[in-house]
Amino acid sequence: MAVDTSRPAEPAGDAHRAPGRARKPGSTAHGTPGRLRRALSTHWYAWAMVAPVVVVIGLIVGYPLGRGVYLSLTDADESNVERTIGVNHIPATYDVVGLDNFTAVLEDGVFWDRLIWTVTWTVSCVGITFALGLGLAVLLNRQFKGRTLYRSLLILPWAVPAFVSVFAWRLLYNEKNGILNKILDGGGIDAVPWLNDPTMAKVSVIAVNVWLGVPFMLVALLGGLQSIPGELYEAAEMDGASPWQRFRHITLPGLRSVSSTVVLLSTIWTFNMFPVIFLLTRGGPGDSTEILVTYAYRLSFVNSPRDFAGASTWGVLILIILMLFAVVYRRSLRKQGEVW
Amino acid sequence: MAAPTAPTPRPAASKPRGPRGRRSPLASVGLHLTLILAAAIAVFPPLWLLVTSFKPKSESFSTDVVKNPTLENYTHVLNDTEFLAWFGNSLFVVAVTTVLGVFVAATTGYAVSRFRFPGMRPLMWLLLITQMFPMAILIVPLYNIMSTLGWLNQPISLIVTYLTIAVPFCAWMMKGFFDTIPVEIDEAGRVDGLNPFGTFWRLIVPLAKPGIAVTAFYTFITAWAEVAYASAFMTGEENLTLPAGLQTFVNQYTSDWGAMTAAAVMIAVPAALVFAWAQRHLVAGLTAGATKS
Repeated sequence: MAVDTSRPAEPAGDAHRAPGRARKPGSTAHGTPGRLRRALSTHWYAWAMVAPVVVVIGLIVGYPLGRGVYLSLTDADESNVERTIGVNHIPATYDVVGLDNFTAVLEDGVFWDRLIWTVTWTVSCVGITFALGLGLAVLLNRQFKGRTLYRSLLILPWAVPAFVSVFAWRLLYNEKNGILNKILDGGGIDAVPWLNDPTMAKVSVIAVNVWLGVPFMLVALLGGLQSIPGELYEAAEMDGASPWQRFRHITLPGLRSVSSTVVLLSTIWTFNMFPVIFLLTRGGPGDSTEILVTYAYRLSFVNSPRDFAGASTWGVLILIILMLFAVVYRRSLRKQGEVW
Repeated sequence: MAAPTAPTPRPAASKPRGPRGRRSPLASVGLHLTLILAAAIAVFPPLWLLVTSFKPKSESFSTDVVKNPTLENYTHVLNDTEFLAWFGNSLFVVAVTTVLGVFVAATTGYAVSRFRFPGMRPLMWLLLITQMFPMAILIVPLYNIMSTLGWLNQPISLIVTYLTIAVPFCAWMMKGFFDTIPVEIDEAGRVDGLNPFGTFWRLIVPLAKPGIAVTAFYTFITAWAEVAYASAFMTGEENLTLPAGLQTFVNQYTSDWGAMTAAAVMIAVPAALVFAWAQRHLVAGLTAGATKS
């Protein structure tokens, strides 16, 4: 796995791909004994600058990741991991059980239910957020009075820490007394059990996450729009392109590199979006709004006894899903001529 | 929800800039109405939180804007709860994380932007992939590690953890930002006898201030608002950070909405200040990261 790229190995391993790009032509000769030394003297400052990140990631992501994968192959839970009670140190007594956890999880319907909901949640959140963000960015990209004010107001949700906003929404959603239901009541509509009905709860958590996500989309896409040269639009207008044609053929392609990045990022973030669901509904009612991440968290930190192996198994599965997604996404971008 | 999207294509097309684009009055009204609606939706929840925090506890859910404004919620939170301790804990964790995170992200971003070195591509991938590691897989091993080291309930456990969350993305953003600074500046520095580190410190860092501001902002917000690790690693009333502390006001057993709203407002204020400070750089910083990455 890419995580433990031990640095000494890199120069050798990478030389086959990198020589053309290397600034100094030192690495062109294949198998020269001094290659490593030359690479070191050429690149040592670059490596020195990235070393902290590699160390930090290696120690605090790489090692736990390895442990996590290992735990997923064991039957570790609260009662048999290594722990210290008072002065007594109790060694670990769990065993390696191979892929049993994985077969158990995959044969159990809970995982698939949660996966379907997680995918629905991710796709609808990212889709709606992107559409709204793009719509608002396009509106704000024009000259008119009050543009700066609108922009400041629209990105306000971003200035409030997400968990604070989630509590604000809980206040609004409160079934008996929340303002949303009071407003509906004024219009003669029955109170909606925002967070207590499985379907409404799903709609509610999506609404909150969209509300949280639009400012980021808006700002990123607005930046992208501003980098499209205005002459393109003028030329298109000269040629008699309709508004829709200009949007299709200038705006969208002009935004492609920005939007491919923000869509990828927000997909990953939404897929793993913990606070919104954990704080808004705790995954309930029942487990209807529980996404994969919150379910895994529940296994190890909410349920008793804490099921460390089970949580790790879910974690590994989540990681596999996201990696598959990233690979597919990257490939499809490559086909469109993107280069990252 | 669909309202703001519907008019998208039309205004986009009706001439973004330039003197010839005249909007019809109708389009203009539509534009403003859409934006007013969207802005109202954006502003309302935090605003309502603010309003509620000034209501007496017994009236948390009244729909009056403010009938008898009072500060009792605030004094209650400040005097009778551990709020100030949580605030201090959060502030410490966030400050250390931000300083370290920005420094590390900046050097990495610079190296990746300027040098072509073996291992660069794997590193870029590593940074991207780290983004994907779900907290779910790391949290149990990290919890066990922290427990072994005796770091549970210690701020250092959160600092270390938050660095791994913030740094990869920040390094990407900084790379995008450094890419927009002309290489000629580095070359000029080198001609004048600076080594790469000197060039970085004396010439590039000052130019990259907007990018650094954005990175600092992102790290701050990430650390200030992280919930999962904060809830898992910190126990015991006085060790909590704000996200975990706020949950104690409104949970399964208690619902002190008055205290919750007052605390929420006090938590949001510092974040809003940092945001206001960073926001004029936000567009430039983020787009640099997004378009050039």
